Amino acid sequence: MHVDPEIIRLLAFLVGVIAFAALNAAYLVWLERKEAAHIQRRIGPKEVGPFGLLQPLVDGIKLMTKQLIVPAGVDPVLFKIAPILVMVPAIMSFVTIPFSETLVARNLDIGLLVIFAFASVNVLGLLLGAWGSRNKYAVISAARVVSQNVAYEIPMLVTVVTLVMITGTMNLHNIVTQQLGGFWNWNLLNLSASPLMPVAFLIFFVCMLAETNRAPFDMAEAESELVAGAFTEYSGMGFGVFFMGEYANIVIGASVATILFLGGWDCPLGLFPGVHWFLIKMYFLIFTVIWIRWTYPRTTFYGLLNLSWKILIPISFFNLILTSAMLKVF
Amino acid sequence: MIDYLREIISGTWSLFVGLGITIRYFFQPVVTVQYPHETLPMTPRFRGHIELTKDVESGETKCIVCGMCQKACPSNCITVNGEKREGVKGKVLTEYTLDFTKCSLCGLCVESCPTEAITFSKDYNLAGLTKEAYIFDLKKRLEAKN
Repeated sequence: MHVDPEIIRLLAFLVGVIAFAALNAAYLVWLERKEAAHIQRRIGPKEVGPFGLLQPLVDGIKLMTKQLIVPAGVDPVLFKIAPILVMVPAIMSFVTIPFSETLVARNLDIGLLVIFAFASVNVLGLLLGAWGSRNKYAVISAARVVSQNVAYEIPMLVTVVTLVMITGTMNLHNIVTQQLGGFWNWNLLNLSASPLMPVAFLIFFVCMLAETNRAPFDMAEAESELVAGAFTEYSGMGFGVFFMGEYANIVIGASVATILFLGGWDCPLGLFPGVHWFLIKMYFLIFTVIWIRWTYPRTTFYGLLNLSWKILIPISFFNLILTSAMLKVF
Repeated sequence: MIDYLREIISGTWSLFVGLGITIRYFFQPVVTVQYPHETLPMTPRFRGHIELTKDVESGETKCIVCGMCQKACPSNCITVNGEKREGVKGKVLTEYTLDFTKCSLCGLCVESCPTEAITFSKDYNLAGLTKEAYIFDLKKRLEAKN
């Protein structure tokens, strides 16, 4: 029997990507709890397994064995489709991410565009879930998420456009190959293209935090104000899938930041490039994301929108104009 | 315009200062005490239930059965009894019972004792299943210590 190798490749990557996303979602919760604990000089999970390493497994079993309650009065279709709408695009985005020279599921010429297209579906999932659950807290949370994402998508995409102007391609693989050879080649320090490149990275990172609804921009799940925000009516694995989707989105965001600004799988000193460098950079960014969460308190909603419209958008547009001028002149 | 930029730069800098503080804490040793496995020594002024003290020389109780503690107790939770014995000066303690279910740990008994025969213990692991478990026979406790 002849099997097309392309099908085997497809299946291998499908299983691999789902396993990677699920494993990350599980162990990032562990990392988050451990890191939070140590920042507050506590220990964190330690009873289940060595260093509490089996804690995510136990949490997963707990979530899966809980009853899935569909409250009376919810929109049954939207309520059930929303967690899937958050999870699936996050998994889909992994398809175009090049983890190393050869390790990529599908090398698309518009890889960057695909990721941002799927990333915006995440908001739709949250909005539908919140709307469908017939809960005032959920609806307030959804309104916040949508306005927050509209506000932060602009500086993020303007920054990305600036970067695409420099690289001249949307192919993620090519973007990384342009930066190979040491940290002085990375887009983060590409000062000849634009002296504001580190600022662009900062803007991208802040927008990524806001897009993934992480603290200090976690308006969607502001526990002290909105119970659990959009997730209020979800129980068991319904909530679990939302949660996994959120963490998968953080992984995507950190991966994209690594690829665009930190040279992907490139070694900082030009030696031994490979998938390990990609993972080191990505997990360092994720560590920073968690570190930020346990450092800053939640901003007010107006402060959050002011930051985007009054600071991030003007600066990113200025960077866009400066970069295009520099590209034209030099 | 200058103020706008200065505010942005100083604000960004303050964020990095905050991150610096938390990462310093991250690398400092943890301060959690794993309670059932580890315990901290109790402070000198900790007030547990009362207990009888020993005389350093004889190893016996210092109690002279004067009954001051019993009188001082506002909740009547102390019962002291003694008897006269041949050849022994003063009274001998036969019973010292503390009903800890009523005790409010006010310490008036300790204050009123003329011979410093009672003191606060450092015992705080006091879970039990019956009410009777909290009627302490302090004389027996002292003898069990010896």
